[in-house]
Amino acid sequence: MSARQRHLKLDLAAGRVELSHGAGGRAMAQLIAEVFHQALDNEWLRRGNDQSAFDVAAGRMVMTTDGYVISPLFFPGGDIGSLAVHGTINDVAMAGARPLYLSASFIIEEGFRLADLKKIADSMGRAAREAGVPVITGDTKVVERGKADGVFISTAGVGVLPHGLDLSADKARPGDKVLLSGSLGDHGVAVMSRRQNLAFETTIQSDSAALHGLVGEMVAVAGAGLRVMRDPTRGGLAATLNELAQQSCVGFRIDEDGLPIKPQVAAACELLGIDPLYVANEGKLIAIVAPEHTDAALAAMRAHPLGREAAIIGEVVEDEHRFVQMTTAFGGGRIVDWLAGDQLPRIC
Amino acid sequence: MKYVDEYRDGKLARGVAAAIARDSDPARNYALMEFCGGHTHAISRYGLEDLLPGNVRMVHGPGCPVCVLPVGRIDMALQLAAKPNVTLCCYGDLMRVPGSRGNSLLRAKAAGADIRMVYSTLDALVIAEAEPSRDVVFFAIGFETTTPPTALSIRLALKRDLGNFSVFCNHVLTPSAIERILACDSDGVRIDGFVGPAHVSTVIGTAPFRRFAQDFAKPVVVAGFEPLDVMQAILMLIRQVNDGRHEVENQYIRAVTEHGNRIAQAEVADIFELRENFEWRGLGQLPDSALRLKDAYAGFDAERRFALDDISASDNPACECGAILRGVKRPAECRLFGTVCTPETPMGSCMVSSEGACAAHWSYGRFRDHARRKTA
Ligand code: SF4
Repeated sequence: MSARQRHLKLDLAAGRVELSHGAGGRAMAQLIAEVFHQALDNEWLRRGNDQSAFDVAAGRMVMTTDGYVISPLFFPGGDIGSLAVHGTINDVAMAGARPLYLSASFIIEEGFRLADLKKIADSMGRAAREAGVPVITGDTKVVERGKADGVFISTAGVGVLPHGLDLSADKARPGDKVLLSGSLGDHGVAVMSRRQNLAFETTIQSDSAALHGLVGEMVAVAGAGLRVMRDPTRGGLAATLNELAQQSCVGFRIDEDGLPIKPQVAAACELLGIDPLYVANEGKLIAIVAPEHTDAALAAMRAHPLGREAAIIGEVVEDEHRFVQMTTAFGGGRIVDWLAGDQLPRIC
Repeated sequence: MKYVDEYRDGKLARGVAAAIARDSDPARNYALMEFCGGHTHAISRYGLEDLLPGNVRMVHGPGCPVCVLPVGRIDMALQLAAKPNVTLCCYGDLMRVPGSRGNSLLRAKAAGADIRMVYSTLDALVIAEAEPSRDVVFFAIGFETTTPPTALSIRLALKRDLGNFSVFCNHVLTPSAIERILACDSDGVRIDGFVGPAHVSTVIGTAPFRRFAQDFAKPVVVAGFEPLDVMQAILMLIRQVNDGRHEVENQYIRAVTEHGNRIAQAEVADIFELRENFEWRGLGQLPDSALRLKDAYAGFDAERRFALDDISASDNPACECGAILRGVKRPAECRLFGTVCTPETPMGSCMVSSEGACAAHWSYGRFRDHARRKTA
């Protein structure tokens, strides 16, 4: 290779990822510089170390990690890059914590289009900047064609916990209220609308968003009354409430009439024969709140752009069977059970 | 959602519920069978039982195609999928139906068989077109509603000259099953009336049900799948029972006519013919109760093309699906219910499809068993 060739820029328009881009040589350095550092640029990445050092406040920290294997990679309202930022920030935030930094690791399939990779990295950078939570370290691997599905991303996040806060899934108590920050099922429906074998027209966009700002407001007014928060991603509201019921040894009663579901989402679910309660969200949270703090928490949520449609959707009840029961819009009762099997592949 | 919300209106439902409470005679019991899994699902999903008086009992019928498919047919599908070069296309809820020895299509898929989940017959056609070197078999299942699309796929395959497409046909006929249940009346259940099928009736019309009303003196009300449809049908049945009438009434006039969809019927009649016998899970061998492809279309018949032998396999002996499908037992009366048998680990097919009586009761209604036990 001549010196001249070496300095050729990556062909971001028509080029593809090759095995050499993950082999630790110049090609890899170039990919990292021209795609990832370009997109995610910050003072930590600029130093070019395999790790990044940062100062921490005294107190407690939280840490989380999550893998993203969504298909399709691009969907209305987002893509795997923004999702990998939002999802992990939200996992940190659900502890009541303030997210500080992220790491990102990419597993890329040989032959993946560089243009798409750049789009994903740019979207990731944008999401991280908007959230104020930089990606400060990362890794890239390239695997042979057929050994991955385009690109998989894994991100980790760290954050600090405000003093005195200790949210946990085993803390829901009978009498607590269940608050939901907004409409259900937007993400799952947006993703499904782009699946090859399902493709249908919808105006629904994924709700993918970083929720730490909203959480900050809630913590500020109702910190002591927050028992537990969760973002109902895979498995939707149903899975989240069932998990909490198990972990806290309680039951839930919710009211179908009070659940915010957009008409387009309801219509798409009807068409596909699925229940919006089981459909994934990426920008919503459920908070279990002590009764005396409910009003304050709800007001704080509604004052925030990501919680404008927040509502009290039910309450925690005593129940040795740990059922999530719902009064249907029809006036009858039913269980909202765990989802059995998974007929809808990879939505996060 | 226009045209849907109207049929899920809670206020209207309470009005119908009040009418049912008023019109039902407290001195007698009403056992009403909803034939279709779609109705079973609506009843459980919307908690309709809570809106009915204690003496009106809904018996879940055999109208869930997955539930009545005998184990042997799953075993045959597994054999098909194991053949070299075969791509088996099927609906998602078939994947977990247990065959013999705990095998299922899902397991076979994990072990390497080329089994693909599709949403319609036409998806299977698309696969056959895109992959001409594969033998693509569509696992066709269902009542009269899904038969016309299967017929259409064969018509299209013929037109497009798709020699690599065939159908493993398991289509069955509603009237035969209803007749068997009525003949089983001695079995211990007395059904006072039927909520007749919704989608099936859009194809076959209400006329075929006249026989049951006349010969067996049972009222039939054909009803839509929305919860309000079901409530209204229950009210209509109760009124017929009270008056001693046994007629075929049509609650679902927005979609169902007396003679159904003649074009679809003609298409089906052109491609399919009656099988002399077909095994139904829970109901046994029923004469003239299922369809197969006519000789002229033998090339599209997977059973003939791959020389499949009929397999007759027995159910898990403890599974009460049979009694449940005949309305003799309730899901909670099966001793496997909720212990070994759950939607994650189904022992019988009624636990697989969300339209199955056991799965519907487990997923939506089992809290009532605990409530019942507590008050008992
Ligand atoms: S609970 Fe399971 S084993 Fe029992 S009847 Fe239902 S499907 Fe069969």
